[in-house]
Amino acid sequence: MSTTSTTQTLSPSTSHEEPRSGTWDGGNEPFKASYGKLMMWFFLLSDAFTFAAFLTTYGLVRHRHLAYTGDHKDFVFSTAYWPIPDHVFNSFPGLHGMNLPLAFVALMTMILIFSSVTMVLAVEAGHRMDKADVQKWLLWTLLFGATFVSCQAWEWTHFIHGTDAGTKMLDGTTFFGANLHMNQYGPVLFADLFFFITGFHGTHVFSGLCLLAYCFIATTNGTFEKRGHYEMIEKVGLYWHFVDLVWVFVFTFFYLV
Amino acid sequence: MAANIPTNSQVQGGIGAAVPHTGHDEHHDEHDHHDQHWLFKYVFSQDHKVIAKQFLITGIFWAILGGTLSSLFRLQLGWPESTMEWLTPFLGKWIEAGKLNPEFYLALVTMHGTIMVFFVLTAGLSGTFSNFLIPLQVGARDMASGFMNMLSYWFFFLSSVIMFTSLFLETGPASAGWTIYPPLSALPQAIPGSGMGMTLWLVSMALFIVSQLLGGVNYITTVINLRTRGMSMSKLPLTIWAFFLTAILGLLSFPVLFSAALLLIFDRSFGTSFFLSDIYIAGQALPNVGGSPILFQHLFWFLGHPEVYIVIMPAMGMVSEILATNSRKPIFGYRAMIGSLMGISLLSFVVWAHHMFITGMNPFLGSVFMFLTLIIAVPSAVKTFNWLATLWRGNIRFTTAMMFSIGFVSLFISGGLTGIILGNAALDIQMHNTYFVVAHFHLVMGSSAFFGLFAGVYHWFPKMFGRMMDEKLGYIHFWLTFLGVYLVFLPMHYVGIAGFPRRYYAWTGFDTFSQFADLNKFISVAAILAFFAQFVFIINFFYSIFRGRRATENPWNSTTLEWTTPVVPGHGNWPGAIPAVYRWPYDYSKPGAEQDFIPQNVPYSQTQSSNLPYEREME
Repeated sequence: MSTTSTTQTLSPSTSHEEPRSGTWDGGNEPFKASYGKLMMWFFLLSDAFTFAAFLTTYGLVRHRHLAYTGDHKDFVFSTAYWPIPDHVFNSFPGLHGMNLPLAFVALMTMILIFSSVTMVLAVEAGHRMDKADVQKWLLWTLLFGATFVSCQAWEWTHFIHGTDAGTKMLDGTTFFGANLHMNQYGPVLFADLFFFITGFHGTHVFSGLCLLAYCFIATTNGTFEKRGHYEMIEKVGLYWHFVDLVWVFVFTFFYLV
Repeated sequence: MAANIPTNSQVQGGIGAAVPHTGHDEHHDEHDHHDQHWLFKYVFSQDHKVIAKQFLITGIFWAILGGTLSSLFRLQLGWPESTMEWLTPFLGKWIEAGKLNPEFYLALVTMHGTIMVFFVLTAGLSGTFSNFLIPLQVGARDMASGFMNMLSYWFFFLSSVIMFTSLFLETGPASAGWTIYPPLSALPQAIPGSGMGMTLWLVSMALFIVSQLLGGVNYITTVINLRTRGMSMSKLPLTIWAFFLTAILGLLSFPVLFSAALLLIFDRSFGTSFFLSDIYIAGQALPNVGGSPILFQHLFWFLGHPEVYIVIMPAMGMVSEILATNSRKPIFGYRAMIGSLMGISLLSFVVWAHHMFITGMNPFLGSVFMFLTLIIAVPSAVKTFNWLATLWRGNIRFTTAMMFSIGFVSLFISGGLTGIILGNAALDIQMHNTYFVVAHFHLVMGSSAFFGLFAGVYHWFPKMFGRMMDEKLGYIHFWLTFLGVYLVFLPMHYVGIAGFPRRYYAWTGFDTFSQFADLNKFISVAAILAFFAQFVFIINFFYSIFRGRRATENPWNSTTLEWTTPVVPGHGNWPGAIPAVYRWPYDYSKPGAEQDFIPQNVPYSQTQSSNLPYEREME
């Protein structure tokens, strides 16, 4: 910063005095991050607490229910105990009737993680001010993200429609699939939480897709080029990685443990 | 902010903080005169000072409403047998055969709590002063994002409109207490207030949380990134530290309330069972199984407890500032003050279950939370002793703001001591949900936060409106309020110790409590008088905006940066460059100094007569 022109006008007999200028002494960005990026970080911190509350809810509710204690091979769906995810999520589109535990969700997760990789590449291209590359990688990210949401839609549909056999409920009727009041796979709260938490996450992914679409349009129109930087992409990137990271936790809670 | 390069006017502004400036207004026009439509200047403004005033005036509206509601239920508690026919024009069908409808009584206490905690003491207090003071005191042109700041107010406004609308529903507003515990709040068939009123409550609070989030990220980011040159974290006024930590608390605790509210919305509207299990209502078993109402309480109090610090910490910060300024002494233990604020912030996240000692929670868990709760007494005591030590042998100026600040310390001590009692699980089992609790939190976070709010308004009014508030009316307001608050809440402790339960519509069915009839009447009289005393403030406030004595730039001879701006700072705050900062904010009565205060933007080279040995090196 230019300083020389200012100090001569101080009251007489003063020496040259500048305020301190360390990292935290003000007049700069101590985290070397613009206010917009900081805001995104703080928003994500806040959002992490929202998700943490939901996952805590999941843990507490699950703890209140009985676990299945018998042999894995003999497992049948019952409202009396929490289901084993391997048996709930074992189907794959186009492969009806095969037992493929967690195969589809593993694929979904891979796709989402790939979208994070392409996001990183878009941000990197933005640093190089390479418009074409930013467009390319944003499109890939959009594609992977949209695929993930579509997969989730399929997963939900399957979950709602249920298995071929259905489950005999307490009142003697056979029920197929699940909704917010009834659940063939186990206690009704298993379905409630599944819909609520994966739905909340899916809403986040969908919002991310809207942001990415906006970024793609703005990049194509040259908005960021005129602005001289692609920081917006970086901010959306932070959000996108966060949503991916949250999925890892949701995945762990619902499918693995 | 790119325009941080100091210019002549800036440096002169540093020395001349106490000297009236002349050329500033012309400057102001050159720099900041935009032909803004009045709609964008006063309504959809992005200027932090205008937004602060919007928060303040909306907060005042809510405070009057919240106070009115409390007067209504105090009438019921003080004179449970008498007719309320005369309120019919005002309350309509809520007066039945001359009696207040008991369900509406519950709505009154619920809305009083909701309004006071969230709309007045969170939005009205922290919304006003964080907005007004953060950019001015850290030396910034405005908040990091003026647009988001504007959105923060308008989300609050929308949330206010919805909450206000809920008062006029046929089934009444939310009635399950401000803590909205399910299953009562989750089942519309339980009480009328759990119908549409509760739905609107939840929608309104969701919008309120969005507003808090938008405000919070702005406050935090502004403090981190937009401090002027030289304004290190250890030169920040304590107000800023308090607002900063308050914003962090809000940022981390409100999202959890958001989660709880969202889950409750699903339970209410979409038939899930997150908080519901094994409920019989009117002889009918509900289908919901497997949920837990205790879970809601955990989620709620994870916000709810930090929330009381969100309410009190801004008041603490402002009181620290006002006490130092008007004692003409440096704040005692500046770093200890910051440390204790940090300690309180940290502890506030690990004590929530002390609200739940009698819910059937594992007693071992209760003792852990009791232990952590009692530790809060340590940083609180550090603060209290520091305030007292700041006053000690000070050259005290009894301005109205100073009176309210001293009143704050008094109330904080009186209310805080009973906190130690209630923090003990064994004692809380006896006291829980009695008027003892009501008295405790009304003193320690209700009234004292109000005192902080008043102190802040009286102190920063000259910078907000360029005029002074009337001191005589201020003194009248102070004494009536101060005495009123003690006359209301001291007797309430006795009633509480006797076991008088809170939220009861009438106690006439219990002979045990009939001996407290007089005391209840006394509390009601004091409460209603204290409420009417607030109109002295309202009149003073609005009268002074237009007719008050004109203020100077720095009427309290204060050291912080907001007083280096013109009498009424324009958009951008400083007409010239932003001043740089050289010293901490509490150089009052420094030995050897020409005046009894040295503003933060005066370099050490200009104060050689008062520099301490280590400061000479910085000349």
